[in-house]
Amino acid sequence: MLTILYFASVKEKAGCGEETVRLPAAVSDVMGLVVWLRQRGGGPAAALTDLAAVRVAVNQEHARFDHPLTGDEEVAFFPPVTGGAP
Amino acid sequence: MIRVQRETFDVGAEIAGLCAGDTAAGGVCVFIGRVREFAHGAALQAMTLEHYPGMTERQLQALEAEAQRRWLLEKTLIIHRYGRLLPGEPIVLVITAAGHREAAFDACRFLIDCLKTTAPFWKAEETAAGSRWVDACAADDAATLGWQDGAAEGGS
Repeated sequence: MLTILYFASVKEKAGCGEETVRLPAAVSDVMGLVVWLRQRGGGPAAALTDLAAVRVAVNQEHARFDHPLTGDEEVAFFPPVTGGAP
Repeated sequence: MIRVQRETFDVGAEIAGLCAGDTAAGGVCVFIGRVREFAHGAALQAMTLEHYPGMTERQLQALEAEAQRRWLLEKTLIIHRYGRLLPGEPIVLVITAAGHREAAFDACRFLIDCLKTTAPFWKAEETAAGSRWVDACAADDAATLGWQDGAAEGGS
């Protein structure tokens, strides 16, 4: 099973912070997951409509949208990070 | 050493604890990031930091390992807070201890610059107008880029 996490403004738009899904066989990378989530609809679809301000991590490492997925990863979607000092 | 915590920290106690028993570190550099009282022209009432538990620790440990690879350091400590913080409260602490000051200064600057663009923290600012998420800053990305590819100096 694939764990999907949403953080900060992306979480607010998604309406949830975490969900577990069975990855469709046709999905092989992060962008494929995004397309599938958009087709599924609801909050996550709205949160992932515009990817300009969305970043992704796979298994807690920063990743690109072409990062491959096998179906047992932890995938997180979030806005660009803003930690640290002023 | 890294810590991600809700509670505040005592800078003096952290320096003393980190350097206890260490007689090799001739220079100790300390950076403290604090909550500023103004946000985009409006008085800030509070700031709430959200983070990604697990990934935060992993990214901070990777940054610390990178600093120790680049410079000859005796000790390093990164503490980053999360939760709701008030103006003037400390957000982040970076301490680097080295035989010589150059390594301590450079590694400290490297850690705080790169932490801003790699550690998964997000800030929401509360003002009289309500709460809003802080957008990432292009200057921060530039500061991190300045440290890539073995660049000797970061920032601009």
